[in-house]
Amino acid sequence: MTDATQYQEINDLLSKNQHYKEGFFTRTAVETFEKGLNETVVRAISAKKNEPEWMLDFRLKAFEHWKNMPEPHWAKAEYEPLDYQDYSYYSAPECNQCAVGEDEPSEQEIDPEVAKAFAALGVPLDGSGDSDVAVDAIFDSVSVSTTKREELSELGIIFCSFSEAVHDYPELVQQYLGSVVPYHDNYFAALNSAVASDGTFVYVPEGVRCPVDLSTYFRINEAKTGQFERTILIAEKGSYVSYLEGCSAPVRDTYQLHAAVVEVIVHERAEVKYSTVQNWYPGDEDCEGGILNFVTKRGVCEGAHAKLSWTQAETGSAITWKYPSCVLKGDHSIGEFYSVALTNRRQQADTGTKMIHIGKNTRSTIISKGLSAGHSDNTYRGLVRILPGADNARNFTQCDSMLIGNQCGAHTFPYIEVENPSAQMEHEATTSRIGEDQLFYCQQRGISEQDAISMIVNGFCKDVFSELPLEFAQEAEELLAVSLEGSVG
Amino acid sequence: MLLNVDNLHAAVAEGGQPILKGLNLQVNPGEVHAIMGPNGAGKSTLSSVLAGREDYEVTDGNASFDGEDLLEMDPEERARKGLFLAFQYPVEIPGVSNKLFMQTSVNAIREERGEPPLDMFDFDEYAQSRMSLLNMHSDLLDRSVNVGFSGGEKKRNDMYQMALLEPKLCIMDETDSGLDIDALKVVANGVNALRSKERSFLVVTHYQRLLDYIKPDFVHVLYDGKIVQSGGFELVQQLENEGYDQIIQSHKSGQ
Repeated sequence: MTDATQYQEINDLLSKNQHYKEGFFTRTAVETFEKGLNETVVRAISAKKNEPEWMLDFRLKAFEHWKNMPEPHWAKAEYEPLDYQDYSYYSAPECNQCAVGEDEPSEQEIDPEVAKAFAALGVPLDGSGDSDVAVDAIFDSVSVSTTKREELSELGIIFCSFSEAVHDYPELVQQYLGSVVPYHDNYFAALNSAVASDGTFVYVPEGVRCPVDLSTYFRINEAKTGQFERTILIAEKGSYVSYLEGCSAPVRDTYQLHAAVVEVIVHERAEVKYSTVQNWYPGDEDCEGGILNFVTKRGVCEGAHAKLSWTQAETGSAITWKYPSCVLKGDHSIGEFYSVALTNRRQQADTGTKMIHIGKNTRSTIISKGLSAGHSDNTYRGLVRILPGADNARNFTQCDSMLIGNQCGAHTFPYIEVENPSAQMEHEATTSRIGEDQLFYCQQRGISEQDAISMIVNGFCKDVFSELPLEFAQEAEELLAVSLEGSVG
Repeated sequence: MLLNVDNLHAAVAEGGQPILKGLNLQVNPGEVHAIMGPNGAGKSTLSSVLAGREDYEVTDGNASFDGEDLLEMDPEERARKGLFLAFQYPVEIPGVSNKLFMQTSVNAIREERGEPPLDMFDFDEYAQSRMSLLNMHSDLLDRSVNVGFSGGEKKRNDMYQMALLEPKLCIMDETDSGLDIDALKVVANGVNALRSKERSFLVVTHYQRLLDYIKPDFVHVLYDGKIVQSGGFELVQQLENEGYDQIIQSHKSGQ
């Protein structure tokens, strides 16, 4: 297929899927690996990034392990087994190639088409945007720009792409890579460990309160390309950082794979707030061609009084398989999970969290809001585990589901394993429906059906949105409104 | 004429059972009409059809509102043009504050009138100015729409919405059912406070009690989907003394 016909085809698709406004495709010179996955490809990725021997070893070990693992299908989501040989495992805007492996990619080296794409997504890379956020922009397999790094480095904060961290901070990466999510943890984590493309690396030194929100924006552009980013975030003793993630992809007609791994390490009295607004392309009306979002996110509260808080607003992807978890090792450590997951059309989401209580007096809070519309299926799956040594552990769980229309499903699978009698567990769950009566009441007050739905839905999600940073909360509300268009009637 | 209902026939959308069977009604600006009738006469159906509820299908006849074809409009269009329905059972909307709900509503109606939307501050001022009219507690604005409200509070809230939206026609859909005497006064006071030369009311009720406080200009008796007798306030007295039976009997023998 020539570029021109491909472009035309994508435009046609776009006009069919106008409600996904991030669905545009950027034309840029790219270097994309041939489809297929084998040891040579793993070595080639590593070579492309000039990686040291230890990193290649990590990849090869993971790849060996992955080859013998079965693809998991236990989630409440139907998908055909994937043909991993039919994906490309590396794609990068060519202009950027000159920068990889060199000292400091300066902004002039960003492909102007790529910069334009990010600007259109509301992610300016020239620093002209919101001054309270530092951004790492990831385009297909590589990080193309990281802003505000000088300001941050004055405080000793490291905020760079994962590839750069491998070169510049090999000790830190070696110490923490795989320490929370080992390469053999699960099928997609193993795959990620083998072919990890890029990602973000954050290190906040002892006692430092990061003055700005750190943010990564993931963009999958090339067709049939997997994105396998690896993010490591380390908060040293007494530090604080708020980290945000945003995601989008062009409209495609074949599934794209996104298998990320995030590892968060929170030391004594440190606090990490990790927020995600996920708007991956969900596919067409039947969710053909959407993103398969198979992600492993896990954090460990190493020290006493450490606190880790996950907040997510998930509206995109054809299938979501994601359980951001907290391992509460330190005494008095706190884990939180706030989630809004919205599914429409034929989207399938199986998402939730794991709270593993190991230390004494550890506390965890789970608030999950699932919204199902269209023909979608929305599942909460959560595990709260209290180990024998976790005296006086407490958990509060609230799972609310809302159904919009009568063709969708909401499911809840809460697993609770308690091995210490002093534990206090609370679990609340509700299921409700946006009723015809509510809609008519709003309409009778002059409010359109669409506005009424988004008002009711946002009211339902308020507890979670209030946990998101302000700009993100607004974006999440708007996303919900867009994602719900045409969900009733 | 504000509302002109001509030979209106309507049936339940699912099943097709006819409820309204040739109803005629004319309402001029400033008039207060009461619709009374026994259970099953079609009182609530009339309110629902006028407000545009999809549960009913109009099978024949016309209705115009302020010179426009009412039956062609969506429910929200009717509301924006000045038709207000006070609900028999006001609906709860968890998580949505009364303030946000009413600001959205007021601005939708302002847009229709070609007026600029009210921002948070202007709306607050406007909302406060209307509170005193109905002796409302200001904390009601910050609570979720009707959630945890007592029956009386819900009705008071509906009256308050009516005061904010300044409609041309207020339809009270058996809004007095199940209310104690104090709540009944709230509704009556709301109606009386909002009465004006331009604003009309259609008070649909089973009991005469509410009408004692409101004193309608016209009273109609609805039976079997038709208005079988119309008169002034004295008809309320007559109904109180004799019940519906006599009117129904004389209607039946007249057929």
